[in-house]
Amino acid sequence: MVQYLVRRLALMVPVAFLVSLAVFSLIHLTPGDPAQIMLGEEHSPEAVAALRHELGLDQPLPEQYLHWIGRAVRGDLGRSVRTNQPVVEAIGERLPNTLELGLAALLWSVVVAIPLGTLAALRRGSAVDVAATGFTVLGVSVPNFFIGILLILVMSVQLRLFPPGGYTSPTESLLDNLHRLVLPAITLGTVTTAVNMRFTRSSMLEVLRQDYIRTARAKGAGWGRVIMRHALKNALIPVVTVVGIQVGAILEGALVTETLFSWPGIGKLAIDSIFGRDYPIVQGIVLTVAFSYMLANLAVDLAYAWLNPRISYG
Amino acid sequence: MSAVGGASVLEPDLIETAAAPPVSVRRLLRTYPRVAVAATLLLGLALIALLAPWIALHDPIATDPGHALLGPGAGHPLGTDELGRDLFARVVWGSRVSLPIAFVAVAVGLVGGGSIGLLAGYRGGLTDLLLMRVVDALLAFPALVLAIAIVAVLGPGLRNAMIAIGITQLPVYARLTRGQMLQLRELDFVAAARALGASPARLIVRHMVPNLLNPLIVQISLSAAMAMLSEATLSFLGLGAQPPIPDWGFMMNTGAHFLENDPWLAVGPGLAISLAVFGFNWLGDALRDALDPRLRT
Repeated sequence: MVQYLVRRLALMVPVAFLVSLAVFSLIHLTPGDPAQIMLGEEHSPEAVAALRHELGLDQPLPEQYLHWIGRAVRGDLGRSVRTNQPVVEAIGERLPNTLELGLAALLWSVVVAIPLGTLAALRRGSAVDVAATGFTVLGVSVPNFFIGILLILVMSVQLRLFPPGGYTSPTESLLDNLHRLVLPAITLGTVTTAVNMRFTRSSMLEVLRQDYIRTARAKGAGWGRVIMRHALKNALIPVVTVVGIQVGAILEGALVTETLFSWPGIGKLAIDSIFGRDYPIVQGIVLTVAFSYMLANLAVDLAYAWLNPRISYG
Repeated sequence: MSAVGGASVLEPDLIETAAAPPVSVRRLLRTYPRVAVAATLLLGLALIALLAPWIALHDPIATDPGHALLGPGAGHPLGTDELGRDLFARVVWGSRVSLPIAFVAVAVGLVGGGSIGLLAGYRGGLTDLLLMRVVDALLAFPALVLAIAIVAVLGPGLRNAMIAIGITQLPVYARLTRGQMLQLRELDFVAAARALGASPARLIVRHMVPNLLNPLIVQISLSAAMAMLSEATLSFLGLGAQPPIPDWGFMMNTGAHFLENDPWLAVGPGLAISLAVFGFNWLGDALRDALDPRLRT
């Protein structure tokens, strides 16, 4: 396991380098002068030159990269072109909101998917199974912004049960915060619910075929005990890894969900910054997301190796 | 089993598979009715795209402010949008935007990723190590985040959206092709062809690529669904199609502002996207069951 961890970390080094290089290159791929694009046409050539100097764009590329990565590892990702706020501070202010939304979506997804996926496997071929299987295909086919729009239409416009968007800080009013969290969390969690349900069902079907389940039944254990004590525990191993992988889906979905529901997380900040041509913020968010995703995948692989020692990682 | 970055431990290319013989289309459709149903659905969508000028009775772009925001009724089955354009016509013409974009994006991913995978899998060694680290770096980004980052620098628009989505598709084809190549190159028929003097190009094109087709066909269908979703998302965010192009994602962006009184503006195109993506996902699932029973879930 330790050997695997070392090997896995060693493989991450070149990838982390390439990721940082890709994020650094973003600003240089813009057609034209990035400083001019960021400031717009109305600024003087002096202001453009000053920004170019501030961003280090007047240096040779390798020097620019070394300077940028050197500052990045010390936690300095530059400043917002629009607000002059440090990028790390801007991300840090909004990251907790994205984490709150993401965790609520994952929680919703697990709470719905595992019982329904288990039920679908136990009653294979029944109406429950058909409905659950249909939901898994629909869940990954319907865009999450469409789910969000339908939820707003029904729950906000028609039934007036939830607000159609906006955010209240939990320190201001926890109840209002949770009230506003419901619709975006369901929107964000639907795709992951569908995937988790599918994995729970197929994994459970696989486990129910195993000899030890038959043995447990033969020894007189009731179905409830067999499911809870024996089957579910083993069936959830692949599901745990899938839930980990879904960090990526949550981060992707946050871009759209936060924009639709005006939830002030890093997803909305990213979209606003793209339209504001605020490249340092965009770079900062892409770098943060990529490294979070890499770490989540590392955790998933380690969890998988730990949970399932039969897997060889040679 | 594992890879760095965004690699999943349960991706299909990591599950052990071996070369499976190609299946005839007629037998496939007869034996697996799900494939036939999904293919019919997609064929219907393709026909709608092809026959759009005859199906839609109104111009999808010409504005008519005097008839703005009309509800569904005679003459306008889905009503009109905020500029008086017939929504049904725009939804029908929208298929001409979304379907080709999905195909181009998949083609970019297939050709680019497939070439990387073929080279890495065939050559192995240092080539494989280097190419796969580049692929791992691409996988380190959630696909939509990468697509948005690319569009952010290249600028909004359909062409840039296609390029961005195509790039996000590269890794899956590279890993799928490489995984298959690594297995194929150890099989006896490849060794036999090599012993008979087949050149590397002939070995790859004549003997190995045909054996890659089954998993690739499945992946193409699933990727097309993903590409359509990504394009709709980019357009919904204002980063894909620009007005006045009748794009489903962008129509939903506009429609979201009129939910109180005119929900059809968002629901109509939303149903169209969902149906098209569902068709590709369903076809991919059905083909996976039909072409590679070991991957059934």
